[in-house]
Amino acid sequence: MTDTQAEVHEAGRSRETLLEIEGLSKAFGTVRANEDISLRVDRGEIVALLGENGAGKSTLVKQIFGLMTPDAGTITIKGDSSRIKDPKDAIRRGIGMVHQHFQLVPVMTVAENMMLGHESTRSGMLDLDGARDMVRELSARHNLSVDPDAEVEDLPVGTQQRVEILKALSREVDLLILDEPTAVLTPQETDELLGVMKDLAAGGTSIVFITHKLREVLSVADRCYVLRQGKVVGGVDDLSSTTTSDLASMMVGREVVLRVDKAEATPGETVLSIKDLHVRDDRGLPAVDGFDLEVRAGEIVGVAGVEGNGQRELVESLAGMRPPVSGSVHLGSGADAVDITRSNARDTNNAGVGHIPEDREKHGLVGGYSIADNLVLNRFDEAPFAKGFIRDFGAVREYAEGLRTEFDIRSPNVEAPAASLSGGNKQKVVVAREMSARPRLLMAAQPTRGVDVGSIEFVHRRIVEARDAGAAVLLVSAELDEVLSLADRIAVIHGGKVVAEIAGKDADRTEIGRLMAGDSDSH
Amino acid sequence: MADPDRPPAKDTPPDAGGAPATAPAEAPAVPVVAERGAPPPPTGLLGFLVRHQAIVVPILAVVLAFAIGAILIRAQGFNPTYAYQRLFQRSFLTEGGLLATLQKTTPLILVGLAVAIPLKVGLFNIGGQGQLMAGGIGAAWIAHSLRDLPVPVLVIVSVIAGLLFGAMWASIAALLKTTRGVHEVISTIMLNSIAVGLIDWLINGGPLADTSQVFPTTHAVREDARLLPLGVLPWGLPVALILAVLVAWMLKRTTLGFELQTVGRNRFAAGYAGISTTKATIIAMATSGALAGLAGTLELLQIEPYRYQSGIAGSLGFDGITIALLARGNPLGTIPAAILVGAMRAGAPSLQFELGIRPEVVDVLLAITLLMVSLPVIAKWIFRRHTAKQTQLAGSWGA
Repeated sequence: MTDTQAEVHEAGRSRETLLEIEGLSKAFGTVRANEDISLRVDRGEIVALLGENGAGKSTLVKQIFGLMTPDAGTITIKGDSSRIKDPKDAIRRGIGMVHQHFQLVPVMTVAENMMLGHESTRSGMLDLDGARDMVRELSARHNLSVDPDAEVEDLPVGTQQRVEILKALSREVDLLILDEPTAVLTPQETDELLGVMKDLAAGGTSIVFITHKLREVLSVADRCYVLRQGKVVGGVDDLSSTTTSDLASMMVGREVVLRVDKAEATPGETVLSIKDLHVRDDRGLPAVDGFDLEVRAGEIVGVAGVEGNGQRELVESLAGMRPPVSGSVHLGSGADAVDITRSNARDTNNAGVGHIPEDREKHGLVGGYSIADNLVLNRFDEAPFAKGFIRDFGAVREYAEGLRTEFDIRSPNVEAPAASLSGGNKQKVVVAREMSARPRLLMAAQPTRGVDVGSIEFVHRRIVEARDAGAAVLLVSAELDEVLSLADRIAVIHGGKVVAEIAGKDADRTEIGRLMAGDSDSH
Repeated sequence: MADPDRPPAKDTPPDAGGAPATAPAEAPAVPVVAERGAPPPPTGLLGFLVRHQAIVVPILAVVLAFAIGAILIRAQGFNPTYAYQRLFQRSFLTEGGLLATLQKTTPLILVGLAVAIPLKVGLFNIGGQGQLMAGGIGAAWIAHSLRDLPVPVLVIVSVIAGLLFGAMWASIAALLKTTRGVHEVISTIMLNSIAVGLIDWLINGGPLADTSQVFPTTHAVREDARLLPLGVLPWGLPVALILAVLVAWMLKRTTLGFELQTVGRNRFAAGYAGISTTKATIIAMATSGALAGLAGTLELLQIEPYRYQSGIAGSLGFDGITIALLARGNPLGTIPAAILVGAMRAGAPSLQFELGIRPEVVDVLLAITLLMVSLPVIAKWIFRRHTAKQTQLAGSWGA
């Protein structure tokens, strides 16, 4: 813990209690989302809420922000324990919240978004100048630079989040709630956000933040509460003597192996060869810019890089979802090599490529479909799932039941809609679908993003098993720890090309960090 | 990346929520499915309504529409109960009325399907009217120009022409969408107007006009090629019923149906799974156009005066939108919805002739029904009142 943090921590102790929750309970049907929760937040301190998916964290903060009404218990804000009627009431009482999914209007400018909901007028017209000045003033005060005239849809995610934070701060906030604020951020943006949080706390704003990421808790929080199955199962008042594995085991109630156990890789023949690949992004700008890489059977190659350096376009291009501008992609080696450079998604899949997509909600699943239909999403028209053009529901169900057991998908049956699953279980559905086809090449993009610790361990183990069964694995992850613990070989991507290849066992965190930042002279 | 501890605001199964029996009154009907197991099915009246909302919502819409219609009839100085009684007595209990009802029902099922199928693909086909007209005029053209063919062949060829013309007209919108990104609502509305203008010219002194007639019209279909009703049963009705069943089966059981619905529910996932959005768009629109075109063909072949005249389409194409929404996009649901609308249309004249009530009241009833079913907000207000705040605030534009 840094000195400033310690000061803040001490100061917080001596200052008033800002938020006190006692005996809070909230049930949905028979599911107890929150059970007898008590916690306290002092002025100027950062409190982390840690827990697996489904632990009840979001339900808890929604009650603080007036989005849900507790069944029992009290929420006291600055000594006032009257019921929080709605978000407006919560805002009036000094609570601000930044949702995981931003509440901004994409086609409006930053200033317009800022004034949304409390528009001020001057002689009957919207006072946009006033809003602009407010944005500038707030950015300067909190050291969060944004252009008030930029349209929100053009801004990177990290900046959009900054706008959300500024928007919350514009309403005299004493307590800022951040719901998984780093889930969508690049490592750099995450670091910036953590810095902002520290500054805000030093300025007297209290912060409650929800996260899965243990490292963030240790680096920024003063205290943390661990939730499991709706209850507070532990709290850490002094985080300086705590380790990530302490926190992780508190979260899941068992020891979690964060280091992945795996044997030495025994790479075989080349399965994937990418030569001088060029791919454009959605705006038509070069994103992948002369990418070369080979992946062999029985090895995991991790692509490490700061997000936005072409990883997404690379994966989409390899998966047949985004035609490249030039270059070549071959599957297999020698005379058997198949050119999949311009194959569509289905042909690529049939050629033996499994793809765990970065955004499982958007690409990986059809939320309204049953788990069973999602498990055959890219094979629904093949035997035995269809006879001719007529689908065979019996065969689909039987197959899905098998995968549900094998991949430990937590759902009473396979007929439930995929949307009803937790993040970790949704990912298990995607992983089950892609791995059960025994692909020659498995591409996993951010395979554990936003999933709970238990599921992370599960997904990691499955990836290693696929490797050991002889698949070539291409892992793309923004989590350097994930790449470091899984990859046998690491390719560092910067500016759309590989700037260095390092054997996994020789990898050095700082060295890779420097390469990711584009400092290629050092290698 | 939705947490299960955050109740999903949308995409929740209707049977996953509802107020538990033992919970206090303010317990919200929040649908939550967590790893710890689904909540018990809701009980009591609310539970019943929630479980059957696919049926409850349309019935409620119709009841509300009739209630508002009653006020309008009362305002004209008539007894609404009696008026409604006369309306439906005429449509169902007289031979002529029943035939008229079934003759109206036939094209209404087809245009209802023409809206329902694209809804499954995430497209809103406003162009049923234009597609119906294109089919009707195409059939009229072929029926007249090939009038020397043997009768059964002539009928079949005319029907095929109607199907193709309707499909073609709808495909224009589909191609504009897939190649140029033109929104189908805009293009189908425009194609409706184009069909009106083009056909106006064709039958009003244009190449398809029967100039021996006073009114703008095509030539009449050969007498022995007309599809006269068998008692009160129009020829087209069994065809329409079979097609509704076929469409329902296609969507539910076939691989094509799976492709169409995947595109409709999540086109990004469809792209990921290698399902072509372009193909789905074109197939859905062309099929819909063919069905609407068949409706126009049947209007020509089975309704007096067996000519394509301006006004033949009436508001059939637009009633199709009401029917599809009333059926909540369910192909089989278009059958009862079409019978209801058909009966109202068929009974409307009796309101005027027997009672002196302006028949436009039926248009008002249908319009209010449409308003009711197309406002999902109402359903949300009734069934998910407590989650409305979250829907509003947690609903995201980006995800």
